[in-house]
Amino acid sequence: MSENMMRTISMSEALNEAMHEEMERDDRVFAIGEDIARNGGLFGVTKGLLPRFGAARVIDSPISEAAISGAGVGAALVGSRPVVELQHFDFVTLAMDQLVNHAAKWRYMSGGAVTVPLVVRGPIANGVGLAAQHSQSLESWFVHTPGLVVIMPSTPYDAKGLLKAAIRDDNPTLMLEKRLLYTRTGEVPTGDYVVPIGVADVKREGDDVTVVAISGGVPLALQVARKLEPEGIDVEVIDPRTLKPLDLDTIVTSIAKTGRLVVVSEGARAGGYASEVVARVIDAAWGSLRTAPIRVTAADTPIPYAGPLEREVLPQVHDVMTAVRNVMEKGRTQHVAV
Amino acid sequence: MTSGRATPGTTLDAGDALFTMQLIRYFDERVVELYNQKLVRGSAHPYIGMEAIATGIISALGDQDLITSTHRGHGHCLARGLDPSRMLAEVLGRKSGYCRGKGGSMHITAMEHGMLGADGIVGGSHAIAVGAAYASRLQGRDTVVACFFGDGAANEGSFHEACNLASVLDAPVVFVCENNGWALSTRASSTMRIDDISTRAAGYGFPGVTVDGNDVHAVRAAADEAVARARSGAGPTLIEAKTHRMSAHSAFATGETSTTEELAAWAERDPIEALVRRSISTGELTDEAVAETRVRARAAIEAATEHAVNDEQPDPETAFEDVYASSHWTKEMRLA
Ligand SMILES: Cc1ncc(C[n+]2csc(CCOP(=O)(O)OP(=O)(O)O)c2C)c(N)n1
Ligand SMILES: [Mg+2]
Repeated sequence: MSENMMRTISMSEALNEAMHEEMERDDRVFAIGEDIARNGGLFGVTKGLLPRFGAARVIDSPISEAAISGAGVGAALVGSRPVVELQHFDFVTLAMDQLVNHAAKWRYMSGGAVTVPLVVRGPIANGVGLAAQHSQSLESWFVHTPGLVVIMPSTPYDAKGLLKAAIRDDNPTLMLEKRLLYTRTGEVPTGDYVVPIGVADVKREGDDVTVVAISGGVPLALQVARKLEPEGIDVEVIDPRTLKPLDLDTIVTSIAKTGRLVVVSEGARAGGYASEVVARVIDAAWGSLRTAPIRVTAADTPIPYAGPLEREVLPQVHDVMTAVRNVMEKGRTQHVAV
Repeated sequence: MTSGRATPGTTLDAGDALFTMQLIRYFDERVVELYNQKLVRGSAHPYIGMEAIATGIISALGDQDLITSTHRGHGHCLARGLDPSRMLAEVLGRKSGYCRGKGGSMHITAMEHGMLGADGIVGGSHAIAVGAAYASRLQGRDTVVACFFGDGAANEGSFHEACNLASVLDAPVVFVCENNGWALSTRASSTMRIDDISTRAAGYGFPGVTVDGNDVHAVRAAADEAVARARSGAGPTLIEAKTHRMSAHSAFATGETSTTEELAAWAERDPIEALVRRSISTGELTDEAVAETRVRARAAIEAATEHAVNDEQPDPETAFEDVYASSHWTKEMRLA
């Protein structure tokens, strides 16, 4: 097979390739998590690693999120490059101390004496009826924790390239993957590539409105962009891909052109990442804004089980559509709660 | 009577126990069918093959007692006397469900039945059980809390912390480890180097016993002792009930994990059939009584299904309710 031949694969396949390639390339990389070895992970991200790399490097852990995350920190301190899978990202709550008080700060507290090349990744299973303890988008907690890198990919290409970058990077990195994106397909080249951390991607160019969308927000924004095309509304969709550090330049450049901003994120509204993007844009590009930015986020409720309730609180296509129309039509002082 | 609850101090009523166990079996078989018809969202974890544990333990509790439960919680709820119609309505996300459609299969809660809530977080309820038990005593009640959890949950740090805390507080808790051999796709034997989880109790200074989790009488006998100990103020007990997960982990994760031989061997030990055999041989039940009990359980599930599938979807606006309790200490007497 020639290098860089394009294929269409799913996001979970792309992540799986990243794991295989990085474990092959660097024997310091190992994987640990619940049901990841024999079963290949609930969503197949670690499929085939056990037969290829053996049980010492592909570990079915006890259900002990604090211990596997803490062990990840310890292993990283002595030169390994662990990849810890959380079966659902909600279970990060059990690992919070190890990640927030340890992984994020060990380097700083030591005056730069150590590095913690740890990756912790797992799915956000919102939109499928798994209810409040399995559906949370908790990314803003980690953005709020200096010392951590936070990544949320929306395409197979980005997922693979960013996971490889995260594994090679010397900083503790969290990668939050929307479960409903695992089965979505996209073009991914064969052969090695990385997507640099901290670089946004313009998923669609447009002149009228800048929509900054994260993770599951990206397909929503692209759908809205297509739907509004016939009306002559030209939407630019930017996917930061990395939440921390944020590529503000790409966003500001876009707003210099459009003057309008909508941010789409599936986290809860209060203290959420959308608020952070809006604040950063106001700091950096107030003069370019023609209307007040609008956030499209999940509501400030836990995620309910029943379909009509879950759809009510999570951002939907029509919410993004309304927001885009509003920044197009309304003046600077208009605020729209979604 | 819709549950196998007996008056504490009395022996297990075979007819009640059979009804409860059969009700649980039919209920979870129905949930899987409804899941396959795409009427259940997310997932649901059948209690099939484990019915003797919830039935035996809960039959030893009184009305004032409490339980905590897990992701695999339908059996605990039914044994505690919850209404299968409202349970199934919840599993289908309908208006009359115990959680008004907000919780679903993994979060059924019914304080009026002393059911503090099922929990989707493995190991999430150990400490909650300890707190509920201790505080009930502090408030002058002689409540006992039965805390159900799996073999996998015994590897969470919270289990160990809660055991130690319960021990030093002499909290009236009965820790019930349902060791079904599996945590999702991983064998219990590959994530712990001990044969009996009950031995962990020794590390915290209270008794641990292992019982045949497919023998409802054995479970009940262990429960009687543990409940009496807890109620007397002597503190917690860990009961490990050894059983087997006779279904896939969940309706979503359908991959078979046990070998065919294992499944066949455990099918021989089906807890419901074991109870029937024993009850008939002791003369406690006749063939007719067994058949009649099964018909009753089946009818209850049919009625529950009829109710649940015809129940309304919740009004989307209700999604915004229940985030906070009404508050008398805020400006507008409420929190958004
Ligand atoms: C903290 C946490 N980690 C992981 C999971 C995912 N998960 C759900 S059930 C389960 C297996 C639980 O095994 P066990 O405690 O033995 O209960 P069983 O399912 O066998 O009844 C796992 C890993 C979870 N829900 N919560
Ligand atoms: Mg188990």
